[in-house]
Amino acid sequence: MEIFWYILIAIVLAVFFILDGYDFGTGIIHLFFAKKEKDKEVIAKAAGLFWDSNEVWLVAAGGMLFMAFPTFYASVFSGFYLPLIIVLWLIIFRAIGLEFRSQFKYQMWKDIWDASFGVSSLLLALFFGIALGNIVRGVNLGGVENGISVYEGHYFFLPLWDSSFSPLSETPGVIDWFTIIIGLISVVTLSIHGANWVILKTNSSINNKLKGVIFKLNIVLALLTIFSLVVWQIVNPNSFDNFADKPYLIVFPIIYLSGLVGLFFIKRIKKEVYGFVLSTLLIVGGITSSLASIFPVILPSINDVHKPLTIYNTAASEYGLSVSFTWGIIGCILIIVYMIIQKRLTKGKIDKMDYGH
Amino acid sequence: MEDMIFYDRLQFAFTITFHYIFPQLTMGLSLLIVYFKWKYLRNNDEKYNNAAKFFMKIFAVNFTMGVVTGIPMEFQFGTNWAKFSELTGGIIGQTLAMEGMFSFFLESSFLALFIFGEKLMGQKLHFLTGFLVFLGSWASGWFILATNAWMQHPVGYEILENGKFVLENFSALFSNPWLLPAFLHNQLASVVTSSFVVASIGAFYILRKKQVEYGQLFLKTGVIFGLVSSLLVAFPTGDWNAKNVAKFQPGAFAAMEGIFETEHAGAEIVLIGQPNMVEKKLDNKIAVPNILSFLTYQDWDKKIPGMDQFKKEELPDNIPALYYSYHIMVGLGTIFIGVMMLALFFLWRRKLYTLKPLLWVIMFLVPFPYIANLTGWYVAELGRQPYLVYGLLKTSDGISPTVSSGNTLFTLLGFVALYMLLGLLFLVLVGKTINEGPKHQKH
Repeated sequence: MEIFWYILIAIVLAVFFILDGYDFGTGIIHLFFAKKEKDKEVIAKAAGLFWDSNEVWLVAAGGMLFMAFPTFYASVFSGFYLPLIIVLWLIIFRAIGLEFRSQFKYQMWKDIWDASFGVSSLLLALFFGIALGNIVRGVNLGGVENGISVYEGHYFFLPLWDSSFSPLSETPGVIDWFTIIIGLISVVTLSIHGANWVILKTNSSINNKLKGVIFKLNIVLALLTIFSLVVWQIVNPNSFDNFADKPYLIVFPIIYLSGLVGLFFIKRIKKEVYGFVLSTLLIVGGITSSLASIFPVILPSINDVHKPLTIYNTAASEYGLSVSFTWGIIGCILIIVYMIIQKRLTKGKIDKMDYGH
Repeated sequence: MEDMIFYDRLQFAFTITFHYIFPQLTMGLSLLIVYFKWKYLRNNDEKYNNAAKFFMKIFAVNFTMGVVTGIPMEFQFGTNWAKFSELTGGIIGQTLAMEGMFSFFLESSFLALFIFGEKLMGQKLHFLTGFLVFLGSWASGWFILATNAWMQHPVGYEILENGKFVLENFSALFSNPWLLPAFLHNQLASVVTSSFVVASIGAFYILRKKQVEYGQLFLKTGVIFGLVSSLLVAFPTGDWNAKNVAKFQPGAFAAMEGIFETEHAGAEIVLIGQPNMVEKKLDNKIAVPNILSFLTYQDWDKKIPGMDQFKKEELPDNIPALYYSYHIMVGLGTIFIGVMMLALFFLWRRKLYTLKPLLWVIMFLVPFPYIANLTGWYVAELGRQPYLVYGLLKTSDGISPTVSSGNTLFTLLGFVALYMLLGLLFLVLVGKTINEGPKHQKH
């Protein structure tokens, strides 16, 4: 049961990052590459049409986490208090940027909301990467200071940064040089993903240029990935053990790798949807590989006093999980049906669709 | 510790107050939109279709605001109320996760289709998507109130040695005696809000002498829906809820009604008065004898325990706030019924559209259903204090142990600033939509 909910939540989160991920990426592309008003408008539209139905996946993931792993939910949400609230603010800024830019014709008004949309998308992508970095690095559970626990075993609190910026310090902050590397990987990945989405969904005049941008970003991503694998070993020396013990887990890094390799051929790819599929592989592979490297742990502990949080020691009761298993399956089927109906009716380029409520 | 709880409660109260402005409109408005669309299918009059599309625009803006202010609500359970989440997540997580999976997905998937898809799918399917949006928004209300009902009147649980609540009986969550009355009361109250909004926009168009045709349609529809829903909010659903409070939270009931001392020969109903917490009495009281006993138990002489009968922890921690919230809600509800009855009378006599004073009243009455809805929510929440889970888990035991009051104050100030900006933008946007009015379109 724990494993069912763990996988389901991982899927929902991955779908969130695939769907809302292109919104983040579109925002970054919008910030750096859209110069002409026509392009700006069409790119904002490519994200604006769908962001609120994409956001549902985040809400659903949050709800499921709360239900299935309440101890993990309580621990992580209060431990990462400040970054999470900042993420909430950024989500709000991005949403109002998208919703309000087309409401008035003044250039200054549009510029303000374009900036709000672009900058908050960039920061969100960075923060989500940093969050993943924190989860694989582990935290000081129980707030252990000099071998003495300050809080209950599964509670902790991280400041935004520690003055040393080192992941190896006894009390690392949310932001350190390791998590920033993971954050940058996330920014580059989602930028590629967003660019593919723009190419797929619009007839923007910069679409050809974007293929070149993706190619260059992909080189950066490959270098960052190799570099991160090296430092990953320093930060969490056991991180490859899982792959050695259970060789079938290798499938997840392979998914990532195939996306990475495939994107080097982006300029020659004729069918636009393949680009989008490849960056989807990057996201799915990246998230699943990270989670697989620590499974069944979901939050490693960097001190010796408290045990890491696993899907077993944070789960709700057996009865609760088995009841929710039943309605969870029904819910999944319904959601898939909704998605199919929705995607069938909104397929194709969005240039001709009505937008602006 | 004291100021930690204070800031956590203030932040939750502030963010939920702001959030609840939006879903209370969308839940009720979705019903009216379905009604307009249904009328269009029946009589093929384009006016009704344009009305449905016009209100869909207002719905969409409100929905967006509801989503962006709703995500923080879910997150705050974990960020500010970690201990509460850990202890009760296995139970109320069920209803909250179901809200996400069943209703929120339904509502947002079909909202996009309803807004963008009319040309793609024909009128009957378009009506169906509108209906599914309505279904999704009401299901959302159902799951949220199921969550709240469990906190008000916990059922189907077992408490482990480590203090964790575990689910013992899933179906009990939905057959909770608190749930159905609270749900119906709440949904009908949201219909009141949306009817007043529709009627107010109608009155505005008539008074401004633009879009008069739509003005009359909106006013008429708003008044009829407004009267029916205001009546149903008061009776039977309001009455039913009050009886539930008297039965399950007698201390809160005494505080709501402002009964400081028990009267053995039947309790009076207080119309006006200010709670004096020092002398334990109501100042400037106007009350009608024996009515409360009759309303609550259908017995003129039945005894109702006053606040003197309860220990301190059985009474809410902020009695004046609870008392005022309750009396403002009831008072406003009575005014709504009066105004809407008057409006219906003049509508029947065919004088409403030219009766300027009443049109002005209807136009400016629009903030008050919002106030009544919010104070209603406060009654439920303040009445449950000092508990998060009534009688079982104290509010002070539910906060996050690791988050300091300085951090909470910082995020509270951030939310205040951000929501002020949001509120301003929202008013500008809705004002613009109303000013433009419905579009005359034919397909």
